[in-house]
Amino acid sequence: MRVLLLALRRLAASLPTLLIVLIGLFLLLQLAPGDTVDALVAQIGGGDPRMIEELRRYYGLDVSVAVQLGRYVWRLLQLDLGFSAIYGKPVADVILERLPTTLLLMGSALSFAFAAGMALGVLAAQRVNRWPDTLISTLGLIFYATPSFWFGLMGIVIFAVNLGWLPAGGIEEIGAGYTGFRRFLDIAWHLLLPTLTLALIFLATYLRIMRASMLEVMNLEFVRTARAKGLSPGRVISAHVLRNALLPMVTLIGLQAGTMLGGSVVVESVFALPGLGRLAYESVVQRDLNTLLGIVFVSALLVIVVNFLVDLLYARLDPRIVG
Amino acid sequence: MRLNRRDALLSTSAALLGTLLPRTVFAQENPRRGGVLTAHLGSEQRILNPALRASTGVYLVTSKIMEALVDLDAKGSPSPVLATSWEATPDGKTITFKLREGVTWHDGKPFTAADVQYTALEMWKKHLNYGTQLQQYLEAVDRPDQYTAVFRYSRPMPLNLLLRALCDLGYVAPRHVFEGTNVLENPANTAPIGTGPFKFVQYERGQYIVAERNPNYWRKDQPYLDRVVWRVITDKSAVAAALETGQIQLSSYNGLSLSDLDRLKEDERFEVSTRGIEANAFNNTLEFNTRRKELSDVRVRRAIAHAIDVEFFIENFLYGQGKPATGPIPSSSPAFYPGGTAPYPFDKKKSEALLEEAGYKRGPDGTRFTLKLVPIMNGEDVPLLATYIQQSLAEIGIKVEIVQLDIAGALTTVYRDWNFDLATGWHQYRGDPAVSTTVWYRSGSPKGAPWTNQWGWQSDKVDQLIDQAASEIDPVKRKALYGDWVKAVNEEIPVWMITERQFFAATNKQVRNHHNTPRWDSSDWHDTWIASS
Repeated sequence: MRVLLLALRRLAASLPTLLIVLIGLFLLLQLAPGDTVDALVAQIGGGDPRMIEELRRYYGLDVSVAVQLGRYVWRLLQLDLGFSAIYGKPVADVILERLPTTLLLMGSALSFAFAAGMALGVLAAQRVNRWPDTLISTLGLIFYATPSFWFGLMGIVIFAVNLGWLPAGGIEEIGAGYTGFRRFLDIAWHLLLPTLTLALIFLATYLRIMRASMLEVMNLEFVRTARAKGLSPGRVISAHVLRNALLPMVTLIGLQAGTMLGGSVVVESVFALPGLGRLAYESVVQRDLNTLLGIVFVSALLVIVVNFLVDLLYARLDPRIVG
Repeated sequence: MRLNRRDALLSTSAALLGTLLPRTVFAQENPRRGGVLTAHLGSEQRILNPALRASTGVYLVTSKIMEALVDLDAKGSPSPVLATSWEATPDGKTITFKLREGVTWHDGKPFTAADVQYTALEMWKKHLNYGTQLQQYLEAVDRPDQYTAVFRYSRPMPLNLLLRALCDLGYVAPRHVFEGTNVLENPANTAPIGTGPFKFVQYERGQYIVAERNPNYWRKDQPYLDRVVWRVITDKSAVAAALETGQIQLSSYNGLSLSDLDRLKEDERFEVSTRGIEANAFNNTLEFNTRRKELSDVRVRRAIAHAIDVEFFIENFLYGQGKPATGPIPSSSPAFYPGGTAPYPFDKKKSEALLEEAGYKRGPDGTRFTLKLVPIMNGEDVPLLATYIQQSLAEIGIKVEIVQLDIAGALTTVYRDWNFDLATGWHQYRGDPAVSTTVWYRSGSPKGAPWTNQWGWQSDKVDQLIDQAASEIDPVKRKALYGDWVKAVNEEIPVWMITERQFFAATNKQVRNHHNTPRWDSSDWHDTWIASS
């Protein structure tokens, strides 16, 4: 009951923020020169003024900004995200189509990064300032500093072009008509490279945070106590240090999950994946306001939900924190 | 003599000409039935209806599904598709098309003159970009019988102009699907129904489009391919990888980066060439806003042109893919090309002298004046050229500030707000100067129309030549008029056509009968097949 009440209070507090974000973005985008008709005309290589005027009317751009904004907010209040100019169908449908790919990619990348980052962080902390630590920290630094498109392209060149082990892009084999488990394998196959590419950057962050956090906790008094009462080093780490060192990691995953829906423009472009990141990018380039605002709306919702979950998780990990 | 990239390119194109011979050998090979051809599609398409949208992206896909009245044959002359013959009355105002009999739409309904009439009046004349201009004097389309369409114009329409234009602007849509609906919102705009060799199957947004063999196609026993798939890949480096791993067999219209094109030229598995895309020449351009006092002086415009070493730019930035332009009509358009040399060869001394003569002396810091340059991002070479212009003009004392915008922003800034001094982008030639090119010079385009004369520049002589040529029905006289016109605009340069270039395609050599017509990527692929590997 208390949880539910908390959730409702959170939601009520977020609604005005959400509205401000959307209206702000709407107005901000008015400052960008050119509208979706200009973008369309650019794509098709020109057109005469009569046709352009016709198109402006068609996309509802022939009225003033205030009226457009009014229309948008009115639709939004009816939970209608509007019509996508690029895709010619409701924005909600367009986003829903892209959602699975994005969630799959980001979810698997984040989980992998979290797991591997945690393991490597623990390893580095245990052998602090010795060669495994140096090796892991250096690798982390390299992963963090290298742009993901480079990793992606190198991965493609080595594993797809030269070795031919993995596909160069796409989410699944086109027209293969796989179903069930075979399809699952096919998608996993295609997502291997992009997931790794994306995960490497997250991994570096997790690794560093985990290492630092472990080192800090290891010096606390209760750890000394645990050791003094004769626990094995492995047991000290797993039962006492790890649990306490995980708090900053949870904070981080909360923050990063919020950006999950944004997807990764770079990785999605390099691997030709139909995710939300590319959709957002395309919407900006094509000045497809409705779609862009729709993505922002959905992302904002997700941030609210994830932060709420993170708060609950905190309370579970550390009973001293009360929501 | 220095052997440069361009010579190397010329010799490779000679080698490519050599490959034309093996092509006839291919033709003797027995075409293999079946197989899937996967092609690259560089950008998401909003609609797939070439009767409403004229653009290469739309043609790449829909030309296999829908058909035009005519197409270009291997020699570049109009050849019959849905129209089997045509003739014009001596006054040039009435053009009669005989239509192919026994053709059916993919949904089984017969194709008749009613479809042509409907598409011409409701789509080409009302909505199709470039079509609305082409058909502005179209008054009516009569259909004396089921298979005859008579186009009546209020002004003479040169038959050659119409036929050439109809290859792109003459796709026919099914009347029974569109009539009585909102044309722009009809679902057939994204799930096209045509008469072509392939039937539309599916458009998975952000991923791919699939079309399959039409078993009832009017060309007996064709097409050979079972399916055509277009993969949407937006990242140019990823396109090269997809081509090399065999995920796609074809990428056209410079879908690959200039450096990848250059690299894959050496690769045995692919043919990298401009063959089969000759109908789509383009230029790098430099537009002058002559409302700006300095640029209203033709001597300043000429000085700027003389200051840029075009050959150097092509060599070092374009991997030799192009040549200096001799005017707005490209040499690949023999029906109109007047010949000649590049009007403003690189000559820094002359450039400086012209600026001195115009009265713009260098200030204490060596600068004569400052100009704002807006690059219109048509391709990856545009920002390179902008930087090159900036550096070249710095040497003659003109400071250039580059304003970076994305393409929608740049178009608005240049064409609607006139908020530029110089702009640089591409001019794409579409087979006939009256279709694509004279609007860049003719006065009277309303403010905001992109790729039209918004330079604050007007010449009675040029306007007159353009109008005369557009309705001259004698091809010889027409060509002569365009010759005069090129001379006049080269003299005045409100827009300077800097380079003349062709698009490149990279094709896997397993694909047979590819690029055998001048607009092959936008043609129907009825005779294309894939050799087994």
